[in-house]
Amino acid sequence: MSGKKSLWSDLHKSLFEKNSLILTVGVLVTVSIGGVVEIAPLFYLDSTIEEVEGVRPYTPLEQLGRDIYIREGCYNCHSQMVRPLRDEVERYGHYSLAAESMYDHPFQWGSKRTGPDLARLGGRYSDEWHRDHMRRPQSVVPESVMPAYPFLETSELDFGNVTAHLRALRTVGVPYDDGMLEAAVSDVETQLDPYAEDYDGFQERYPGAVMRDFDGNPDQVTELDALIAYLQVLGTMVDFSTYEAEADENLR
Amino acid sequence: MISAQGLKRAGSDPSTAIVLLITVLGAMWSLFAAAYAPDAAMRGQSWLILGGFLTGIFLLVGSIAGGGVVTDEREYNENLIKAGVIASLFWGVAGLLVGVVIAFQLAFPVLNIEAFGFTNFGRLRPLHTSAVIFAFGGNVLIATSFYVVQRTCRTRIAGGIWPWFVFWGYQFFILVAASGYLIGITQGKEYAEPEWYADIWLTLVWVVYLLVFLATLWKRKEPHIYVANWFYLAFIVTIALLHVINNLAMPVSWLGSQSYSLFAGVQDALTQWWYGHNAVGFFLTAGFLGIMYYFIPKRVNRPVYSYRLSIIHFWSLIFIYIWAGPHHLHYTALPEWAQTLGMTFSIMLWMPSWGGMINGLMTLSGAWDKLRTDPVVRMLVMSVAFYGMSTFEGPVMSIRAVNALSHYTDWTIGHVHSGALGWVGFVSFGALYCLVPWLWKRKGMYSKALVDWHFWIATIGILLYITSMWTAGILQGLWWRTYDALGFLEYSFVETVEAMFIPYVIRAVGGVLYLAGALIMVYNVYRTIRSDEVEEDENVIAQPALEPAQ
Repeated sequence: MSGKKSLWSDLHKSLFEKNSLILTVGVLVTVSIGGVVEIAPLFYLDSTIEEVEGVRPYTPLEQLGRDIYIREGCYNCHSQMVRPLRDEVERYGHYSLAAESMYDHPFQWGSKRTGPDLARLGGRYSDEWHRDHMRRPQSVVPESVMPAYPFLETSELDFGNVTAHLRALRTVGVPYDDGMLEAAVSDVETQLDPYAEDYDGFQERYPGAVMRDFDGNPDQVTELDALIAYLQVLGTMVDFSTYEAEADENLR
Repeated sequence: MISAQGLKRAGSDPSTAIVLLITVLGAMWSLFAAAYAPDAAMRGQSWLILGGFLTGIFLLVGSIAGGGVVTDEREYNENLIKAGVIASLFWGVAGLLVGVVIAFQLAFPVLNIEAFGFTNFGRLRPLHTSAVIFAFGGNVLIATSFYVVQRTCRTRIAGGIWPWFVFWGYQFFILVAASGYLIGITQGKEYAEPEWYADIWLTLVWVVYLLVFLATLWKRKEPHIYVANWFYLAFIVTIALLHVINNLAMPVSWLGSQSYSLFAGVQDALTQWWYGHNAVGFFLTAGFLGIMYYFIPKRVNRPVYSYRLSIIHFWSLIFIYIWAGPHHLHYTALPEWAQTLGMTFSIMLWMPSWGGMINGLMTLSGAWDKLRTDPVVRMLVMSVAFYGMSTFEGPVMSIRAVNALSHYTDWTIGHVHSGALGWVGFVSFGALYCLVPWLWKRKGMYSKALVDWHFWIATIGILLYITSMWTAGILQGLWWRTYDALGFLEYSFVETVEAMFIPYVIRAVGGVLYLAGALIMVYNVYRTIRSDEVEEDENVIAQPALEPAQ
């Protein structure tokens, strides 16, 4: 029992164990340090706030599809984060960049792969495949343990309020401009029609966005339209045939 | 009459009026939401919320009419703890049951009933995690903390009606969150799924919880704050901080169910796992260490092994834990320095964790025979052993090279459950087995043999669970990275899904055993409460609080 140790014990006893407010403040200070040191820099460092060419805000239809992805809890079984490991890059594609999820409120990187990673799903399968897969996953992947989502293709998409969704996203930092907000409701239907009148305006607002009837039923705007639109854009915004990880602006 | 010294009726005091005002405002908001919510989910859920607030108003008015809440300063408030014990058992069984259902869904996908989406795995899994962590674990923590703080401060819980507001407000939060998941209301952040309005409500309840706890500490009749209360206080304070920051969000409409989180991408990811890992660190660890530091010494009638070790355990645990979050994001787009910090602190965390384990186990010095004679002590000791095991496994998995294999696999699920079923579950069951006879003034549990059965069935269940998940996870991790002789990936993804069938069935059977143990406990508690073998009343504030060893 050295004198120094009991001095500390005595100090602890007379300070923290006597006064609950000092104990509370002590706890708050102690638990704040780690979080501040680790999280605060992420809002300033180049590597975490860099912009990469091609990454754009989601179209209204894609965003509503993303909302359905979240609603159904897809993140419980699917990640959206390809790690820079040889097997992952060969299985899924180019590893994920921070910039690719810069407009994801909230992020959906996931933590478990009961099913495969979806970060590079876009364009891998046809819309028809996705329709069959949602109707009954086992019809295209017999060993799958994924639940079926047949109700998506019969549920009318609720998009009357989509402007409010974009406005809320703009408040938290997604660069939707006034024109995008104004056109939001009609853009949902515009994206579903490759011969739409406002084709050029839409492409200007959301460069490169795929325009077609995703659920194969042109008479109805369904939740399946939105979900497939979202799944087909995943991981396709950055053109990796021209992206150079070693370029000066991408070195971190 | 009310003349007796210390007896107080809180019928017309301002706190009842404030609670009434809160419920009236809540009812008005939900009525507006029922009428004007932009989304169908909220139009449905607002009726449940309205019903909750109306029930609150009804009970409050009834209480005021009956003369108000009786506060007898000469006695501990034990009805509050009794309610907490029953709520814990209820949510425990409910949460485990949903866990068993989703475990079987993964083995037999036909159990996802197609006709209605709300029984699909993606909606039920958050229901399971929230029910066991926040409903079961939260109720155990609130009940035991209110019990421990009263006894170790030798004073009645402070705040008149407010502790009851915390209890019922918390149950209401659980109902709103859980029913929301089923109809598709979720933020999509793991372990933080409740939407903005449920988050605001929980913040209110939690701040009142903190104030009630602090106010009880302020009027303590003991000179010092007992070690269990340090851990409870750290748990309450830090959870408030984590909850508020991680749930910052912009609602789409002030009457709608949906919101978008303030942060995006990599910032959101680290904020989320700072929250997520410290939900483990402060909810599932610090809070339950409070239980360990009170119930083990009390049950074996020995002082805590080392006072100094308690101090080191406490401060180093809360300092180091908060850094560990980035180990959930190895090899992601999070900068590597942050990953390295997370890994380093996760490995350092091994030391305080085992210091705490040693402090708990060695408290049995001189009373080791109780392991043989008292199944409740065995349960508490087993919980500390599982705490030691999973706090060793955790640092190992946080090493980047190990994590490259273990991340995204079922190994993580196994790791979580050795902590959740072994540590959190068993320390909770142990504390509840102590509390039931103490609160209902019985000599002991109705059947000691059934406690033994619970212990063994649940232990076998845990072993089946974690061994099958180790097998499953390591197999997934290895198969995903296996190359054939020509340099191509050997296995398609779905082959690893197919290979999970047997481990998933074994895991589900393990879950059934654990649930069976909990049901045995419920029966045992029921028979204990119903028996009329009453012990002498020791509810009166007199007993000296525990003093730690010097």
